[in-house]
Amino acid sequence: MAPRTLFDKIWDAHVVAAPPGQSALLYIDLHLVHEVTSPQAFDGLRCNGRRVRQPLRTVATVDHNIPTTPRGGPIADPIAARQIEALQKNCREFGVPFFDMDSAEQGIVHVIGPELGLTLPGMTIVCGDSHTSTHGAFGSLAFGIGTSEVEHVLATQCLPQNKAKAMQILVNGKLPAGVTAKDLALGIIGRIGTDGATGYVIEYAGDAVHGLSMEGRMTLCNMSIEAGARAGLIAPDETTFAYVRGRRFAPQGKNWDSAVALWKTLSSDSGAAFDRLIEIDPASLAPYVTWGTNPGMVVPVNARVPDLSSFAADADRRAAEQALAYMDLKPGTPIEQIGVDRVFIGSCTNSRIEDLRAAARVAKGRHVNAKVRAMVVPGSQAIKMVAEREGLHRIFLDAGFEWRESGCSMCLGMNPDILQPGERCASTSNRNFEGRQGRGGRTHLVSPEMAAAAAIEGHFTDVRKWNLS
Amino acid sequence: MQPFRKHTGLVAPLDRVNVDTDQIIPKQFLKRIERTGFGQFLFNDWRFSPEGKEIGDFVLQQPRYKSATILVAGKNFGCGSSREHAVWALSDYGFRAVIAPTFADIFSNNSLKNGLLTVRLSEDQVAEITRRAKASEGYQLTVDLETRTVQDSQGFSASFTLDEFARHCLLNGLDDIGLTLQHEKEIATYEAQHAVREELRALTTRP
Repeated sequence: MAPRTLFDKIWDAHVVAAPPGQSALLYIDLHLVHEVTSPQAFDGLRCNGRRVRQPLRTVATVDHNIPTTPRGGPIADPIAARQIEALQKNCREFGVPFFDMDSAEQGIVHVIGPELGLTLPGMTIVCGDSHTSTHGAFGSLAFGIGTSEVEHVLATQCLPQNKAKAMQILVNGKLPAGVTAKDLALGIIGRIGTDGATGYVIEYAGDAVHGLSMEGRMTLCNMSIEAGARAGLIAPDETTFAYVRGRRFAPQGKNWDSAVALWKTLSSDSGAAFDRLIEIDPASLAPYVTWGTNPGMVVPVNARVPDLSSFAADADRRAAEQALAYMDLKPGTPIEQIGVDRVFIGSCTNSRIEDLRAAARVAKGRHVNAKVRAMVVPGSQAIKMVAEREGLHRIFLDAGFEWRESGCSMCLGMNPDILQPGERCASTSNRNFEGRQGRGGRTHLVSPEMAAAAAIEGHFTDVRKWNLS
Repeated sequence: MQPFRKHTGLVAPLDRVNVDTDQIIPKQFLKRIERTGFGQFLFNDWRFSPEGKEIGDFVLQQPRYKSATILVAGKNFGCGSSREHAVWALSDYGFRAVIAPTFADIFSNNSLKNGLLTVRLSEDQVAEITRRAKASEGYQLTVDLETRTVQDSQGFSASFTLDEFARHCLLNGLDDIGLTLQHEKEIATYEAQHAVREELRALTTRP
């Protein structure tokens, strides 16, 4: 057999039919469901008298629109409450496993999948959410779908798919101190653009990638969609196995041994062909801060807001001009002189325990600047519990951060956590689109360390210059 | 699904690149549990001030473009969130086709499932259509999926490609769930070889 990429291997193992003249039919091992993109899909099933074909390959939770204030009370927003009730009712009616808002396992869907051992190497995973690419960190083919496709998977456990092209992003070497997985992701998107990987599945490879923890790998794969990629993948290795082992829904005992034996075959064969290869020198990376209204508009923290003359194409220059107007920034302004009003540490990109530990190292013994409101939103109830056991919540609270319940929160502002018009936010989330965190709000994407440091200084600051214990 | 064969309509030029789905339908409108009624919120923050006043500069608020059914935009249209609400909003507003140099993957998948045709033309062709739509009031295009062509009455003509299977489904308004279920035997064979995690049953609440 010709050498195959990791993507080829997962793809080949899941094609159940390849009818001539049609797309291949791909079997979906795990379908994650949340409240915002599923109600119309369940309605579609009801209208057509269909059932959920495989309820036990489906798992649902609420994360997008729930408040992050203490649990237990009613939800103030009646429309959000109706959407949550719809999911509760749909899961009951169709027999779908469900982690409700008051459950100890509740959390952002892309955080709890891996945390519970639902996400495993070699799987196909979909969810009605573009950041499903996160699960690719485990060497599973995971991608976001729309509501019609959610209905398709509920009804058939399959999706007609055309195979994407394969891209390898090779990062050999070592990430410099202060440069995180988030910075690697932002550095890549800054270089290839927000449509640089459209039509591709990215495999991240090289020792800098395999040197990342699972949390770091999830951050990197999470942002694949921000480069337009269908999915991001990292071949599973000992770090992966160590993370998965013993998790609640992971294979146990003899099943574990045979699973690992299979997972060890999940890497690209030497000589496997990629349609595009990109090499990144980690030594060239820095802590990044976005200055514009998409994640590709990004520069190192020690740089300046770019000059419009630096954009060659007319359309890009106009886009930059519009972005600077929206962001209320002037070309040439040093990034470190940009002040912030709000700080958000959370989201499916950067809300895991390692992210919180990193932010806490910066916050420890310091205090949030008086003009800043800063918020830490753990990705799941389980992470919140671990953080509290480690005393991280104490560090944050003592430093003047708010310590919240888990959810998507201010990443997309569907719940009450939003920016006010004109407010500027250092955010560990994934999108700095206009209005994303609240109408008129201005979002700068950064790593958890950089967000915590900005909270303390009241403006962006190069965390590499900090003396961290 | 509403079939798409051939459509002639007024063209609105949205002269921006990387139009993301957060702009097409801002998140505050995603809490509805129906598929309908999203058109009124299409491009809300570009169409309306925070006080709800129309922003006259924005292309869709200009009287000459109010009944547009074909949108032409810059590269990477529909990037960002997977929200199908973006497509529902465009369709509900009255759009039948979007023309751009490139589209984000999930957005174009969502569009094709809802009878909204995404037409990929070159940067130059898109620039030319944009120019013509701005220059002549009432500018119309005909998008023909059977011949895979885009034409106006002033001599502009371009052909486009689309995945053959997606084209077949669109032309005939096919329910692709029904097509997939024709492969029951193959699906069942895969399932017989790949066990479900029975432990998950404890998390179901079906009475």
